[in-house]
Amino acid sequence: MSVVSQVEVDTHGDHSHEEHHELGFIRKYIFSEDHKVIAKQYLISGIVWAVIGALMSVVFRLQLGFPDLDMSWLKPILGEWINESGKLDPNFYLALVTMHGTIMVFFVLTAGLSGTFSNFLIPLQIGARDMASGFMNMLSYWIFFLSSLIMFISLFVKTGPAGGSWVIYPPLSALKQANPGSGDGMTLWLVAMALFIVSSLLGGINYVTTVINLRTKGMSMDKLPLTIWAFTFTAILGILSFPVLLSAALLLIFDRSFGTSFFLSDIYINGQALPNQGGSPILFQHLFWFLGHPEVYIVILPALGLTSEIIATNSRKPIFGYKAMIFSMAGIMFLAFIVWAHHMFVTGMNPFLGSVFMLLTLIIAVPSAVKGFNYITTLWKGNIIFTPAMLFAIGLVSFFISGGLTGIILGNSALDIQLHDTYFVVAHFHLVMGSAAFFGMIAGVYHWFPKMFGRMMNNTLGYIHFWITFIGVYLVFFPMHYIGIAGFPRRYYQWSGFETFNTYMDLNAFITIAAIITVFAQIVFISNFVYSIFKGKLAPENPWKSNTLEWTTPVNPGHGNWPGEIPTVYRWPYDYSKPGAPDDFIPQNVPFSATPESNLPEENELIAKEQQIQSIKYDTSIHD
Amino acid sequence: MAVAKTSLNPDHLTWQGGTQPMKVGYGKLMMWIFLLSDTFTFSALLISYGLIRYSAPSFKDIMPDMTHKTFEFSQVYWPIPERVFEAVPFLHGMSLPLVFVGLMTFILIFSSVTMVLAVEAGHRRDKADVEKWMLWTILGGFTFLGSQAWEWGHFITGTEGGLLLADGAKVFGANLVQNQYGPPAFADLFFFITGFHGTHVLSGVVLNIMIFYNTANGVYEKRGHYEMIEKIGLYWHFVDLVWVFVFTFFYLV
Repeated sequence: MSVVSQVEVDTHGDHSHEEHHELGFIRKYIFSEDHKVIAKQYLISGIVWAVIGALMSVVFRLQLGFPDLDMSWLKPILGEWINESGKLDPNFYLALVTMHGTIMVFFVLTAGLSGTFSNFLIPLQIGARDMASGFMNMLSYWIFFLSSLIMFISLFVKTGPAGGSWVIYPPLSALKQANPGSGDGMTLWLVAMALFIVSSLLGGINYVTTVINLRTKGMSMDKLPLTIWAFTFTAILGILSFPVLLSAALLLIFDRSFGTSFFLSDIYINGQALPNQGGSPILFQHLFWFLGHPEVYIVILPALGLTSEIIATNSRKPIFGYKAMIFSMAGIMFLAFIVWAHHMFVTGMNPFLGSVFMLLTLIIAVPSAVKGFNYITTLWKGNIIFTPAMLFAIGLVSFFISGGLTGIILGNSALDIQLHDTYFVVAHFHLVMGSAAFFGMIAGVYHWFPKMFGRMMNNTLGYIHFWITFIGVYLVFFPMHYIGIAGFPRRYYQWSGFETFNTYMDLNAFITIAAIITVFAQIVFISNFVYSIFKGKLAPENPWKSNTLEWTTPVNPGHGNWPGEIPTVYRWPYDYSKPGAPDDFIPQNVPFSATPESNLPEENELIAKEQQIQSIKYDTSIHD
Repeated sequence: MAVAKTSLNPDHLTWQGGTQPMKVGYGKLMMWIFLLSDTFTFSALLISYGLIRYSAPSFKDIMPDMTHKTFEFSQVYWPIPERVFEAVPFLHGMSLPLVFVGLMTFILIFSSVTMVLAVEAGHRRDKADVEKWMLWTILGGFTFLGSQAWEWGHFITGTEGGLLLADGAKVFGANLVQNQYGPPAFADLFFFITGFHGTHVLSGVVLNIMIFYNTANGVYEKRGHYEMIEKIGLYWHFVDLVWVFVFTFFYLV
């Protein structure tokens, strides 16, 4: 634990790196404590999970779009889950929907997104040698890996993986008789999630501590890139909301395996009363959504942070409303904790309470709109460079707005009576949080790929990938709004039994075709990604002419990130196209004294302070 | 440190990066953040307790004429804690409501005091004193765990008389599905929450033993500071504080 602090202490003497001896393969690439390697481990795990989750959605979309389809050709993969007549087993359909949600929300957009970019960018952008505790960081990844492994094994259990949907409401998830997926699959789901929570806690504690203690000289809180603010808020959300899911999961484990009745009461199965008395399934929903709602911000905030950085860089303009961005993210974080019951409007809750939660929910529209407008005003009259990363970032803004608008509709407790658990909800959250966060993640990969692997990704393939995916996502999720308004409920295996729903069969088939094209377009990305790691064009040090500190490191930053002293920071990260400056960007480590031609009057006053900032000392009398 | 920290950097530069703005090392920061997180774990459990208990009837709802003096156990309504927990080891048959649990609580809080003394000895870098006070703390922790085991044992075994159910069957003691003293949910919550807290105490005792071992081997002496005692101390105090809440909810209200 003291290694990092030792390195930190030695920032002035350049000898700190001579002490590093070459690590063996295992310590360097597998059980590595280096934040950059851990970030890549998270990224690759996330991509693997995304492929699994996306293929699952293809299978259940086939069922929804073409209910009469003969799926015998899937037998080699799905085996017994395709029955004699070539139909998908209805229970396995439920399991697929459940696992698609679980994988995408937790394993891809939480671990794959925060895990990758918080680990990669926090030390590089705040100017630190590594995370506060490299060991805990490694532990965090490997506990996540163990959790992944258990979740993956659950796919092969005889009774199938968990089938009670990703929200695992009891009594469905608590009683083995309720659904085959509530058997061993559910047990493994709960164990995997408990480990996931431990991993996320270890990661989150590390992120927050690193941002507080290990910023380089001059990196005050109001000079942090917005990415770092986003990651910090995300970490706080995770630290405070995941433990509540842990409690709920533990109580559920006891209900399932040890006969308690925390969430069970008054249940009859085949006319037989169960002995469980006194519990409440609504209690579980409260506990679940106390995590579940912040979770959607855990998913979207890092994506918004990445986008802020990418849009400002590629518009060659300062981000519009830097402080407004921070305060709106803080506002979203705070509100995230007090709106959970809007997922429960139809649980029989007191309508007055419903209106309170409705009010709080609709207030979220304010900081969200601030962010939306700030992105657009940053783009306004910018000298825009349409890199693939920039396109994906703009795509995020588009999804965030079009999906956010339906959030205002759904947040209304009266309208929710009609729309609750319909495809309208599915459309809403797939746009505003699913696709938006996915686009943020992909934008991040395109933008920071040169720093991660020292090579560039292919731009043409990037454009192809963007346009197919962007149009594809809208073609998939836009029609779902209509289907939802028409009353199609979520999670149904098929609707061919209902005369009224037949008119929309063609729309469902359309969605399925669009989904298949969109999913398989991701092959373009994956092949570009893999090819570029090994064969991509070698990257320059600062390919996007960006201001933040990670671009002051060597092309392939080694252990400790900067070979010499860590640069000192003098200015905010958004000095793009500053009037008077010879270049259209001024990195954060350029002092005001070096740019008299472009300084504003108040910045000239800061020149006097530069000496003070350089003289800040890391306090070695404070022990770690 | 016992003495007020003198700043290395002028105050207006505390948050300008390059130094620890809160004058705290990362390890202690991490412990504080972890404790915040754990607070939410326990809060979720105690809120669940409150909700389930609030929705269960009290004896006044079912038996309007019953008073605290004439209270009798039934699975229909929530029990009065001082009637459930009134046994003390070696004093069989005597009604001593909450005496034993009070003693347990006192021991646990006292072990927090000895922990403070260990931390203080660490500031003086007095190895012998740290060892002494850590030993007392470990002893306090073990005594608490032992007492809790006895309390659980008594609760599980039940009374000789047991409880006669409407169908003529008799119930003795409590477990996760059956409860002599009231609704099974009462026992479920009792076992789960005190058990979850007990697991925390057990982890704390293990951590205490580890830092005692390190102290005795001169690890912290060589390192030059006893910061680790402080970090584990924070955890230990937190576990005590949680017990105060658990005690209040299960035994007092």
